Amino acid sequence: MELLEFARGPALKVALVVFCFGVLWRLVGTVLLRYHRHLSEPRDGYFKAFMLGLLVGGSRSWPHKQYIKRTGYGEALGYAYHIGLFIVILFFAPHVLFIKSLFGVSWPTLPSGIVTIIAVLTFTLLLAVLFRRLAHRVLRRLSNFDDYFSWFVTTLVIVTGLMATAHFGARYETLLAWHILSFDLLLIWYPFGKLMHAFYIFPSRIINGYFLARKGAPS
Amino acid sequence: MSAQSVNTTTAGRVRAMPADLQGDLSNRARVERAMQSFALEYGSLTAFRLESCIHCGICADACHYYIATEDPQYTPILKVEPFKQAYKRESGPYAVFFKLFGLKRRVSADELENWQHLLYDSCNMCGRCSLICPMGINISELIEQTRHAMFDAGLAPAELYAKAKHQQHSGQPEASKEPYRDMLLAIGRQYKVEIPMDKDQAEVMLCVPRTDIEHYPKSVAALARVMQHLGVSCTFRSDGLVAENYGYYAGGREWQRKISMRLINEALACHAKTLIVPECGHAYTALRWEAAELYGKPLPFRVRHVTEYLAGQLQTGRLKLRKAGNGAVTFHDPCQLVRKGGVMDAPRQLMQALGLDLHELENNKAFSFCCGGGGGVLDIQRAAPLRYRAMESKLREVDDSGAQTFLTSCSDCRATFDDAKAHFNWEQTPHSLLELVADNLG
Repeated sequence: MELLEFARGPALKVALVVFCFGVLWRLVGTVLLRYHRHLSEPRDGYFKAFMLGLLVGGSRSWPHKQYIKRTGYGEALGYAYHIGLFIVILFFAPHVLFIKSLFGVSWPTLPSGIVTIIAVLTFTLLLAVLFRRLAHRVLRRLSNFDDYFSWFVTTLVIVTGLMATAHFGARYETLLAWHILSFDLLLIWYPFGKLMHAFYIFPSRIINGYFLARKGAPS
Repeated sequence: MSAQSVNTTTAGRVRAMPADLQGDLSNRARVERAMQSFALEYGSLTAFRLESCIHCGICADACHYYIATEDPQYTPILKVEPFKQAYKRESGPYAVFFKLFGLKRRVSADELENWQHLLYDSCNMCGRCSLICPMGINISELIEQTRHAMFDAGLAPAELYAKAKHQQHSGQPEASKEPYRDMLLAIGRQYKVEIPMDKDQAEVMLCVPRTDIEHYPKSVAALARVMQHLGVSCTFRSDGLVAENYGYYAGGREWQRKISMRLINEALACHAKTLIVPECGHAYTALRWEAAELYGKPLPFRVRHVTEYLAGQLQTGRLKLRKAGNGAVTFHDPCQLVRKGGVMDAPRQLMQALGLDLHELENNKAFSFCCGGGGGVLDIQRAAPLRYRAMESKLREVDDSGAQTFLTSCSDCRATFDDAKAHFNWEQTPHSLLELVADNLG
């Protein structure tokens, strides 16, 4: 079996199974734990608290202005590479074709030159993110294997993708196989590490927002 | 008894700090107790919080301990790291995976001892970090849960442990020359106001911070005077006088419950419809938001902070106030009332009714910095040097406000600022909003 066949055949299938079951297991393992009832009298009723909680799901995407002077750079960096990743993943024609082959849905794409430029920028931003994690005293102290490995698998997909696009370093089929294998690796790691934040971010914000709103506290 | 050790964790090196220990437990027993206690509090909410952290470190930028020192060990989420580690290793969805590949080490007793400094001395449980977290993690609640685990493992600071122990037993956090009941009645005589005591039936039950009894008796008199002016049937109860709850500070759940139950039982005994929490921030959290959970069912009476109650009386027209002067004032928002309690508008409504020219602090309302004394930190002697560093920016904000009068509505905050006044020769004096209200009844 050719490497490319393996990458987009059995390896991808295994990776997708691990991803789906892994994500489900972690979410279920979190949701199905005990829930303590809150018995104190809510300030303005449950419905208002719930609606405000939903609002926090979105509003926490933008930092309160009181904090922005200290956090603006890190947050801008975070936003920038996330946006870059989204564009590259969702608007590169071969990716859309790949998604269509899996799920049968497709959408308009961006010219490959533009996507390539964005991918290079995203890679540069990811390097900046790593540098910042190593250089910033708080980030360095907090960081563990998960932080670095999650960065590695994300960056690897971008790097192999750029190599495949540029036909750099090996035959195109081999480069494409590496790219798909790196994506398989990302899918397999996904449920175990911090990449799962994509699934946790909104429930976590909404829950916190609800409990603050229940007290009438600002959120 | 104290221990000192240094160790390295997955979160990095933590500076050795002397730790207070209670009981004669082996290291293993201490760790097991901490983990069992933490496991007791695991629930879906806690799991969501522990699972969601992306190690972005932004919470550090909300914490006055980090801002003042730039020391990364004061990053709020790092303060719960051993418990995050234990959760992932022992009971998270992938505990087996983490153990198998050795990705999360077993938490050690040394590690827990070193974390005492981070969980108690350098955290006011003020919740400012919980407003900055992009993942929406309520870090201050995690800190509260980890304090429970530390307490159960015999790892609470000596001062908080001693006061909680005394209070759960006697109702007072420490011995006094006279019983608080007699001191309260003496305050009434001194300030010529009737102190309603031990009535069988009253619409409102009152309690007081012991800080006020001992340091700010005028505040006690102010509470009685305002209630008398309103003509509301109210009473203090000898067996439920103290508003503070050192069980909450120390992390002793059972003691917190016992201390809260004194007040709950007294409120039930006098058939009170409302329990008024005086100017004390953490008493508000303990009674308004946590007492029902410890009682096991909804409280059959309302719990209101005194400023909330008085603002309500303003709206109904029962409370009328005179204008209190022309000078500029500024106001410190106690964290437990505003950020963790939702009492933000009531003090401002009272200040408006008093005709005060309010100059808000640079960081106000939900974003107010803690006074530095919250979470029991004011009581921990070894924490004082760090506390002074952390609160410097707050003192600057008060100075920069240009106000001649500095008000707050929490006696612990007031005591912390008074302590800072002595330490720094600070020119400002913190005053009680309640006292100002009582001095200007219409």
